[in-house]
Order: sequence, then C-alpha cells, then structure tokens
Amino acid sequence: MKFEYAPAPESRAIVDIASSYGLFVDGAFTSGSGSSFKTINPATEEVLAEVAEADAADVDRAVKAARRAYTRVWSRMSGAERGKYLFRIARIIAERSRELAVLESIDNGKPIKESRDVDIPTAAAHFFYYAGWADKLEYALPGNGHSGADPQPLGVAAQVIPWNFPFLMLAWKIAPALATGNTVVLKPAETTPLTALLFAEICQQADLPPGVVNIVTGAGETGRALVEHPDVDKVAFTGSTDVGRAIARSVAGSRKKVTLELGGKAANIVFDDAPVDQAVEGIVNGIFFNQGHVCCAGSRLLVQESVAEEVVERLKRRMATLRVGDPLDKNTDVGAINSAEQLQRIRELAEIGDAEGAERWTEPCELPDHGFWFAPTIFTGVSQAHRIAREEIFGPVLSILTFRTPQEAVAKANNTPYGLSAGIWSDKGSRILWVANQLRAGVVWANTFNRFDPASPFGGYQESGYGREGGRHGLEGYIK
Amino acid sequence: MTITPSTATALSDAVASDSALRGFLHGLPGVDQVGAEQRAAALGTRSIKTTAKAWALDLAVSMVDLTTLEGNDTPGKVRTLAAKAMRPDPTDPGCPATAAVCVYGDLVGVAKETLGTSGVKVASVATAFPAGRVPLEVKLADVRDAVAAGADEIDMVIDRGAFLAGRYLEVYEEIVATKAACGQGDRRAHLKVILETGELQTYDNVRRASWLGMLAGGDFIKTSTGKVQPAATMPVTLVMLEAVRDFRETTGTQIGVKPAGGIRTAKDAIKYLVMVNEVAGEDWLHPDWFRFGASTLLNDLLMQRQKLATGHYSGPDYVTLD
Repeated sequence: MKFEYAPAPESRAIVDIASSYGLFVDGAFTSGSGSSFKTINPATEEVLAEVAEADAADVDRAVKAARRAYTRVWSRMSGAERGKYLFRIARIIAERSRELAVLESIDNGKPIKESRDVDIPTAAAHFFYYAGWADKLEYALPGNGHSGADPQPLGVAAQVIPWNFPFLMLAWKIAPALATGNTVVLKPAETTPLTALLFAEICQQADLPPGVVNIVTGAGETGRALVEHPDVDKVAFTGSTDVGRAIARSVAGSRKKVTLELGGKAANIVFDDAPVDQAVEGIVNGIFFNQGHVCCAGSRLLVQESVAEEVVERLKRRMATLRVGDPLDKNTDVGAINSAEQLQRIRELAEIGDAEGAERWTEPCELPDHGFWFAPTIFTGVSQAHRIAREEIFGPVLSILTFRTPQEAVAKANNTPYGLSAGIWSDKGSRILWVANQLRAGVVWANTFNRFDPASPFGGYQESGYGREGGRHGLEGYIK
Repeated sequence: MTITPSTATALSDAVASDSALRGFLHGLPGVDQVGAEQRAAALGTRSIKTTAKAWALDLAVSMVDLTTLEGNDTPGKVRTLAAKAMRPDPTDPGCPATAAVCVYGDLVGVAKETLGTSGVKVASVATAFPAGRVPLEVKLADVRDAVAAGADEIDMVIDRGAFLAGRYLEVYEEIVATKAACGQGDRRAHLKVILETGELQTYDNVRRASWLGMLAGGDFIKTSTGKVQPAATMPVTLVMLEAVRDFRETTGTQIGVKPAGGIRTAKDAIKYLVMVNEVAGEDWLHPDWFRFGASTLLNDLLMQRQKLATGHYSGPDYVTLD
C-alpha cells in the first residue's frame, strides 16, 4: 500500500477509570449489598473496573429514592426550572464530550470517530431538545390526557438500556422522562456500565436534586427486579425482542405504562435508478456502522436484479477500504464486537448462512490478536427462506437479496416479524413516497440511512416494539 | 463493469449523434447531493500524522501546478515562479520539485526557458481562458500558439454555455478539435479539460461533464479556472474521482484529476489525497494522475514540511514569497 495511515490514537489520558464503582442512589455513590462483576475493554479483553451488581434490595432503595425525589421535589418543580437542569446537563455533556467519547469507545469497542461524532453529540442534542420542551408541555401535547388537563408526569420510570449505544440510549431515556417531571432508575447493560456512571457524576456536577436520577448496575436479574418493582409507574426498555416479550408479560395487568424498542431486520431497498455511489455508502453505513450492533441496521439489502451485480461489485470495492481495528484510532471505521457472547452469536449465524448455501464474502483485513473481532461480511444469493434473512444477527453481516419490481420489493421488505426501520434508494421522488407509504417500519430513510435527530420520533411495528422515542412523540410515553 | 468489445462500441455509439450523447450522459447514475457531501466530509476527518503526513506532504508538493494567471504577470514574475517550482525549499535539497508551472500562453516561452530540462512541465491555459467566449478558430489558434511556444500541457475550458443549453455534441467536438490542436505523437501536449464546476453547479452536471471530457479524449479533467467561485471543492472532486475510476473500469483508460482554486492549506491538500486514495485508488497517487492547481498552497506545504522536520513552526518569513 502506498499511503499507509500512521496510527492516530486518541489519548486515554483524558478519562480516569476507577478500579471499582458502586451504585448511584439518591445523589450519592453507594456500595451495593450484593456482589460485583467486571467490565472489560472488548478490543483488548483488559479488565477496566469492578462494578457493583445491584440486588433486589438495592433496586428497592433506588426506587424509594426516586419516589421521594418525585413526590417532594421534581413533580412540584416548574417546567422552566426542570428545563434549566436539563440545559445544564446538556452543556456539561458537550463540555466533557471527549472524555465521554473515549470512555464509551474503551468500554463498548466502537470507533472513536463514531462516539466522538455521533453518540455523544447526539446525546447532548437530545438533552438540549427535551430541555426546551420542559416548560411547553401543554403545547407539545394539546388536549392530551383523559382529563383534558395539562400533561401530568407518571411518577417513577424504570429504564433498562442496551450495550450498543450506552450513552445515547441513556439520553433517549432520561431526557424526556425528566423533562416531563418523572424521576428515573436506570440500568445500563452489564458490558457497558461506565458512561452511565460518568453520567451520574455529571448529575452531581449539575446539582440535580438527589434521587431524580438513580443508576443501578447489573445484569438480567437486576433488570428484572427493577422492571417488576411494584412502585414503578413506567417501564422503558431497549434491547432484544425476547427480553421485551418477558417484560410485556411481567407488567401485564399492572398500571405500569410500557414502551419497548426491540430488534429489527431492516430492508435497505436499492432501485435501479438509485444514485449508486451514495447508495453504496448508505449500504455500508447501514450495516457496518457501530459494527452492525444497531437495532435499526440495514441488515437486509434488497437490490433490483438488473443492477445487483454492479452494486455488489461496488460494495466489495468500498468495503476493502474499511479500516478495522483499534477503536481509539481516529481512522478506524469498524471497531470491536462488544462481547465474546455476541461474537459467538454472529459466528453461529454466519455459519448457518454458509450451511444454507449463501455465498460469503469477507473484507480482506487483518484482525487484532486479542479482543473480539468480526470482519465486515456480506452474503450473496440469500433468499427469504434463509435464517440470515430473517433473524437479527446484530453484527457486521449483510444479507443480500434481489427483487424485480417495486411491488416485490415492498412484499419482501414487509415479510418480517420486525418493523423498525427501512431504507429506499431511488432518484424518483414519486417512487420513494409510494414505497415509504407501503413499508411497515417505524422509520423510513430515503437516500440516506442511520440518521438520528432528537426531533424525529423513532420506534417500531410488530416485534420491533411499541411507543416512540424522540420528538414530541417521545414525551407521550412519560405523560398521563 | 468490465471492458468488452461491446462496451467500447457502446461508447463510440454514444458520441454518434447529439441525441445519443444526451441519452448516454443522462443515463449515468445520478448523484445525491446530501450523500456526496456527507461522504466528502467524512473523508475529511481522517487523521494523517507523523510518517503518513511526511509522505503526503512531499507527494502534494510534487503534484502542484504552480500557477500565476493574472493580467499583470511579467517575464520576471514567471521566472521567479519557475525557479520556485524547481527548488521549492532552498534550505532543503530533499524537497521535491512541483509538477508544473501554469501560465498564460504568451509567457510559455519564458517559463520554458527558465525550466529547461529540469523535468518541471509548462502548462498553459488556452482556448480563451477563462470564459472561452470566442469563436472556435480563435481558441484553436490560442492552443497551437502555446504548443508551438513549448507548452507541455494545455488547460482548456469547455463551453459551459453550450453544455448548459444541452448542446453536448458541440462541447464534445470542441474538445476533440482542441486535442487535435495539441499536436501529434511524442510532441503532443497533454490536455486538461476545465469543467468550471462552479458554473455547472449540480453534481449531476459535474458527472456528465466529466464523462464528456473523458470521452472526447482529455488526459485530465480539471475542476475550475480559479476565476469563478466556488472553485474546487471536496464533493466536486469526489464526483470527478468516481468518474475517472468508473471510466477506467469501463474502458481501461486512466484519466487524471486536477482540482484547482481554493486549496490553500496543507491540511486541505492532505484531505484531497485521502480522498484520491480511498475513492479512485492508490494508482492515482502520482503527479501523472493527480494535480493541485494552486499558488499559495505550496508555501503552506513547505512550512508544514519544515515543522515536521524541526518540530516547530518557522513562520512565513522562512519560505520564499514569489
């Protein structure tokens, strides 16, 4: 190679990682009564910290703190005052963005350019956006509620978030909850707790009243204790469809309001009149962004048969320029798989793809010796019957199918139990509008993919969940 | 696409008539503005440091067409510029020479005399640069004159009026005629086709004009005269790099790209090189295939070279003003 990019690592010095972390309850860090677990850097398998594992008693303490803060302080505070806290938090996030980005990349494995340019700025934007709504709720949702009165908060929200966008998902959950006057107990994923714990520090720095935000760390059992706690008014979950189903069962018949943002198997549809170079970018961004650990990833490429060969050739050429490796290197495009468990799942499904007769092509690249890695991969010759066309892989693996007519594209795109997102690539405006109207997906991108804006609602159909996050719609899930 | 006799026939058919040419150019895949600009911006975030930076800076110096195109150009000014092109950094004999000196046709002789056998080429703008608003015969006379005076490269302007009016074949034939005026065989001057993308405005037009220039036999496609704003931009150059990449894939013929105007800093130049590397491919990372049309860029490249070598900025008094 003529032009070798020298390593350009972002410095780790900006962030201090403690050797152990407790729970953030009632405005202070406290040690949990249970055991602890380790969080590691998936790019190196280095242990980063010991983190307390909250048991039912810890969760109860957190919910009680949230209830107290709700009753005594937060629900009585004017929207304008709540907004001030949210603006302050947003500003601190922006000010400490490099620290947050580096920590996110270390704990999660995602490339620094993504945490720096997408995750953290979008999270700050989310707080700014909902800060603005805090004193305007009656305008956001006019005539809302059964009483017709001004919008009222629900109470205590139990929020459980995934490991793929740890800090951004925290922002999606906490910002609208606080803006509407709810208090929260949030559980970050067990493989990526560190930025949530740094957020706890930010809450202290912002002088947020104790108990308004509580962070409990742990795995599935902690999440279950939180979701099933009787004094919780609202459950918001982002994660797998299986866990989402279990949550829906466990809260059935209770007064708890629920929003679920679950899996997806999005169709990214490329028509023969697509702007082909940008479509190739969109395919790459759709499936290799964040190592494919994206619930709305464009993991099923539906390409019109007449241009399929050309598109796949161009895609391979483009993939050969993807730089896989050290997440902290500013030139890395694809980072580490988040956990050994996830890597195992990706490998299994890819092997099933081989066994079912699809043709695998993998970007020729060297992978580091340590850590969890999976090189960007595409499968051609995939049909609707293949498991890799139906199941969410949640990794950098693209299944490529073809279609002949717009009707067939829509039928294939909708032939999935999911319905979170979809993409359309065409230069013809009327076709884009027609297809978008036919697709059963919560988000439809036209000539772009994986674009997120706090003002835009996000959520799914069918097994991709219910309720919307973002925009004015995102307020509804937290209001009586 | 691969090269087959049928693609070659298809391309010669494409220029058989005005309607065939229009059909071909309008049949090229569209360019989505938002996506193209996003991609160019993303490539601009690559971080090129240490050894990679040193390599890129030297390459960029060797790709500069050191340019002066002013009404007040004098033989003295051109001699100074030519001296600078041959030895950009008098304190460092390891510094590469620039690719060419670019002047108006009447100063080609002066530039040629100064550059001698140094290997630095003389490029001359021609065809009534920059507007090109004279009869074809005058444009061709302009070209022949520059070639006769010793120009190694001719930077022509296309007829943007004809292009925007949809008279593509006229634009094509003018480029073909200009190329013929560049001479024959070993003595043929290389032809750079200036699209003046600031006047074409849309990326679809940039892609069509790029193909038109390549089909007509241009050796290089060049963004701008430098006399119209905006001149070279990253997204425009991206679209042109995609065009030369696709053209080689279709025909087997490699065409060069020259962004000109508005590239003033070493940082910008490196962004362009990253784009060349990742869009067209490393085959284009050579002065035969990629040039910067610039004047002030060179001194910033030199300052950055000195900074890398010594560890500190020396300041503008330590590079020559020409």
